[in-house]
Amino acid sequence: MIHFVLLISRQGKVRLTKWYSPYSQKERSKVIRELSGMILTRGPKLCNFVEWRGFKVVYKRYASLYFCMCINQDDNELEILEVIHHFVEILDRYFGSVCELDLIFSFQKAYYMLDEILIAGELQESSKKTVARLVSAQDSLVEAAKEEANSISNIIAQATK
Amino acid sequence: MYACSEAHPYIRALTPENHKIHRTLSVISSLSSTSASVKPNRTHSSPNPFLTSLQLQPPLPQNLPQISTHLLNFLIYLQSPHPNPIHNPQLTLQINLEQLKTIGRELALGSHGSNFSQSKEFLDLVKSIGEARSKSEEDRIVIREIETLKRRINDPDTPKRKMKEYIIRLVYIEMLGHDASFGYIHAVKMTHDDSLFLKRTGYLAVTLFLNEDHDLIILIVNTIQKDLKSDNYLVVCAALNACCKLINEETIPAVVQQVVDLLGHAKEAVRKKAVMVLHRFFQKSPGSVNHLVSNFQKRLSDNDPGVMGATLFPLYDLITIDVNPYKDLVASFVNILKQVAERRLPKTYDYHQTPAPFIQIKLLKILALLGSGDKKSSEQMYTVIGDIMRKSDTASNIGNAILYECICCISSIQPSPKLLETAADAIANFLKSDSHNLKYMGIDALGRLIQISPDIAEQHQLAVIDCLEDPDDTLKRKTFELLYKMTKSSNVEVIVDRMIDYMISINDNHYKTETASRCVELAEQFAPSNHWFIQTMNKVFQHAGDLVNPKVAHNLMRLIAEGFGEDDDTADSQLRMSAVESYLKIVDEPKLPSAFLQVICWVLGEYGTADGKYSASYISGKLCDVAEAHSSDDTVKAYAVTALMKVYCFEKAAGRKTSLLPECQSLLEELSASHSADLQQRAYEFRAILDLDANAIENIMPLDASCEDIEIDTSLSFLDNYVQKAIEQGAEPYITENERSGTLNISKIRNHNAYENSTHSLRFEAYEVPKPVVPTKIPSTVTYPTDLVPVTATVSEPSYQPSVQPTWPLVPVSDAGSALGSTELKLRLDGVQKKWGKPTYSSGASSSSTSNFELDRTTVNGATKPDTAISKPREPRQSHAEVSEEKQKLAASLFGGRTSRSEKKQSGKVSRTTNHGEDKVQSATVTVPVTTAVQAQPHPPDLLDLGEPVGDTSSYSSTVDPFKQLEGLLDLSQDFNATAAGTSNGPDLMSLYSDTDTNGNPNQNLNPVNGSVNPSKKPALLTKGPSLKDALDKDALVRQMGVNPTGQNPNLFSDLLG
Repeated sequence: MIHFVLLISRQGKVRLTKWYSPYSQKERSKVIRELSGMILTRGPKLCNFVEWRGFKVVYKRYASLYFCMCINQDDNELEILEVIHHFVEILDRYFGSVCELDLIFSFQKAYYMLDEILIAGELQESSKKTVARLVSAQDSLVEAAKEEANSISNIIAQATK
Repeated sequence: MYACSEAHPYIRALTPENHKIHRTLSVISSLSSTSASVKPNRTHSSPNPFLTSLQLQPPLPQNLPQISTHLLNFLIYLQSPHPNPIHNPQLTLQINLEQLKTIGRELALGSHGSNFSQSKEFLDLVKSIGEARSKSEEDRIVIREIETLKRRINDPDTPKRKMKEYIIRLVYIEMLGHDASFGYIHAVKMTHDDSLFLKRTGYLAVTLFLNEDHDLIILIVNTIQKDLKSDNYLVVCAALNACCKLINEETIPAVVQQVVDLLGHAKEAVRKKAVMVLHRFFQKSPGSVNHLVSNFQKRLSDNDPGVMGATLFPLYDLITIDVNPYKDLVASFVNILKQVAERRLPKTYDYHQTPAPFIQIKLLKILALLGSGDKKSSEQMYTVIGDIMRKSDTASNIGNAILYECICCISSIQPSPKLLETAADAIANFLKSDSHNLKYMGIDALGRLIQISPDIAEQHQLAVIDCLEDPDDTLKRKTFELLYKMTKSSNVEVIVDRMIDYMISINDNHYKTETASRCVELAEQFAPSNHWFIQTMNKVFQHAGDLVNPKVAHNLMRLIAEGFGEDDDTADSQLRMSAVESYLKIVDEPKLPSAFLQVICWVLGEYGTADGKYSASYISGKLCDVAEAHSSDDTVKAYAVTALMKVYCFEKAAGRKTSLLPECQSLLEELSASHSADLQQRAYEFRAILDLDANAIENIMPLDASCEDIEIDTSLSFLDNYVQKAIEQGAEPYITENERSGTLNISKIRNHNAYENSTHSLRFEAYEVPKPVVPTKIPSTVTYPTDLVPVTATVSEPSYQPSVQPTWPLVPVSDAGSALGSTELKLRLDGVQKKWGKPTYSSGASSSSTSNFELDRTTVNGATKPDTAISKPREPRQSHAEVSEEKQKLAASLFGGRTSRSEKKQSGKVSRTTNHGEDKVQSATVTVPVTTAVQAQPHPPDLLDLGEPVGDTSSYSSTVDPFKQLEGLLDLSQDFNATAAGTSNGPDLMSLYSDTDTNGNPNQNLNPVNGSVNPSKKPALLTKGPSLKDALDKDALVRQMGVNPTGQNPNLFSDLLG
């Protein structure tokens, strides 16, 4: 089971956090601090796993962004690496060549997508197409409400305000 | 983390823009060939201050080639005669890079502007946090934001749309680690909204904010119930997502029926989520969904593979708890797995050309459980597992993930020789790989398989040693775990020594504790000699004493006291003396852990003066030092003062003249006025005892009597006379507890207090009859005078009783206390389960057949010893010599000499040097393991394997071959490196080089930097060994890509070359 998902930039900034096991706010900060200290300092050729408090954290770096997932001792690390990759591919497909900026400014979208990929700390859908379909279904429903907000005049109004 | 801050502002602000330009330019140039779209036009017209406010910078040199290609296309397009919507006078007037970049940004915003549904205010917030140079600056910004939000969010007039944004801003704040709890209630309110647009945001926020035990949950349950009934499946999905996180054990009954009904929903997305929710419910409260097993089984044959895949999770949980009810499903699972492996599932479930790997892995996990210890079920699986292993693609990460899972499955089910062989081959491939990930998995898999076929480790000994030497901590730890699993009495010394060395070197307390307890466990189980045991324990205590179980300290004292367990007094006293000597050496070191000091004090007190080598004043001086140096630790002081008491008692009992050292005097004075009643008591006892005559003291503190049994006369028969006399003189007879029920006397209450104090828990039941005072139950260092009076401690010497009795009236407290002081330790030792000792050791040796025994001894002993030689030159040399001598003797007796030694030596050298190309010292030492391994082939099965090591070493040297084999692939790997270099410049994830991607597959252009198995193999390759050609080739290609060492980040270069 995945206990949490963390996206941390190379500078240690948090880009996304999702907790599937209960952690208090204080614990969360501590976990992030500890793990970013451990993971960001690791060399490029070492293995993508670290053992931590009796759990294992699988991480993978994409450009300057680290995707980390914490799993149980008996889980399959290679599989989790691919779960991470699966997530990134779906993000990539959605944003169209995803970059860190996309995640910084549209983190809630990334959350919605993560909710379609992982649920209760397990991989719920391994078909990229299905995920894409679901996310776009949600988007199109939301689209109606957003239509107005996205009109050019609105953008200008927001921007110049 | 913030030290180097957010890279360079240049990189941060620009690189993404730069790649967007690239992207948009390709869009434009592709547009030029097809019909023009309106989209770019629209975006032109909306200059956005946010983006134009970004600093303009020159383009990154390495992107220029790509950008310019598109630019060219673009220019051609712009100058083409036909009119088009993009044609803009501003552009045609003067096209330079600067302007194009501005346009690019606008274009980028145009396509992305719709994604940023937030206001400028929020974008500015995100931006300013991104630019914050320190944590404190970030905190200031966030605190200001919190103030703003607090004010606005509580404004009843806030429109819903605005509210939605505020909630997202709250999520952002919380993500940064600040407290946003003031807004939780608004997020909860938002889930009540009718519009999915807002509801979805509300659900997202609450699932991120709230844990299942939060008070606000109760306000959401009702909404969830309502939403689960919605006819919009997206609403249902949102509610199901929330169920996973928010519904707790108490609220499960409120929704469980609805969720079960949703298992039959028309939309597969809903069915799938419903299954997963039930899986979560099962984890939280197994009882709540136990009756749903049949539903899960039905879902297993769902039309949608996603639902089927999801159903495996709850089934896996159920099977983990009890296998038996699911044995009949073995055939179904095998069948499904077979179909999946044969690509019967829709193509969309393929992942990197592997058919539904995640489902395969889960199925293999389930089969592993079902086949464990069940021959019949296991036999059904053999074929399919074999097929999968054959088919799996060892070049891809996911293929290896499946392979690994197969190995796990094979090691769990009833062993099949054929599959074991395949698994062993797969492990060999893992271990030979250059990828650390695969090595790690290989070590882990080896640890699993070794339980079934212990010989398999042997052929991988060099690989294992390599992993142990690896700078990668994770790999090292995994290897220690493997060693821990294969420890035998033959190799325990080497393994534990290595573990201790490693334990000393790390700071991670969690892992330190684990390693320490493993060392202790192994030492207790397999210790070859008491001396070694004590030395090992010393080391463990010295470095992790505060982390190990206190019981261990008592075991150590017990061992020293009991000795070999045979009646070999000289050996015992030698052991004790060596302990005393080692402790005297260590004791002056600063920062010794408390538990270790306790052991030291006890041993010094008990045996410090035993053989007359050290004078009483020397030992007591040391003990006083300990008490003084650790004045804040009462327990240590208590041990020290009791030890002092013993030392002086022994002296006095032996008839020697003693006078208290001045420091001892002052210590006693200090302790007599101590805040701790225990210390005070000990100090007073000490003084009182010293006033007694030698004979009495000898009885109170008999020499070396810690192991003597103490007989307790619970009926107090020795008082019969006294009682009789008292009754005759008119005293009231004693009334037993039962007869006095209801009336409590003071001692009873006291007794209870004592018990309660020791357990630290409230007792709710009525007072009960005090249990008979069994000495083993007396809590550690606390002494209870009330308990003491009736208990007579008889130290098995008949002379004790009569001589003690007269002293009772004189110094009752001190006497009793001192008796306890000495008995206490003995008593506790009795209570400790006997873990260490001959029986385990000898049985361990006898249970494993001698052949195994010696073999393993050679494999690990021989193999690991030399490595200690590298880190610590002195100590290992002797052990090294010792081992090889031992080995030679062994080999000579079993095998009749040392054959083929020199030959082996060479091959060992070759394999080693090619692997690492390191210094001669190492290779010289490494020869030993190989030789010893060969010499250790004296048993029939090993004779057959004699060729093995050769094949093995050759296979090792074959790890070099991939260098050659892959030479043809170098281009690809360089490409990879170059792109990696390009990417690490900034947050640009993958689009920069999408065109140069060698896969040509647009969906797979994600090149992780330190990457999945496959790519990571290549950089490792490149950096391994100083291959000039490789380096040059790579350099050329990278330069071609536009990256050069003088560019942005020179580190990139040094990185890649290692």
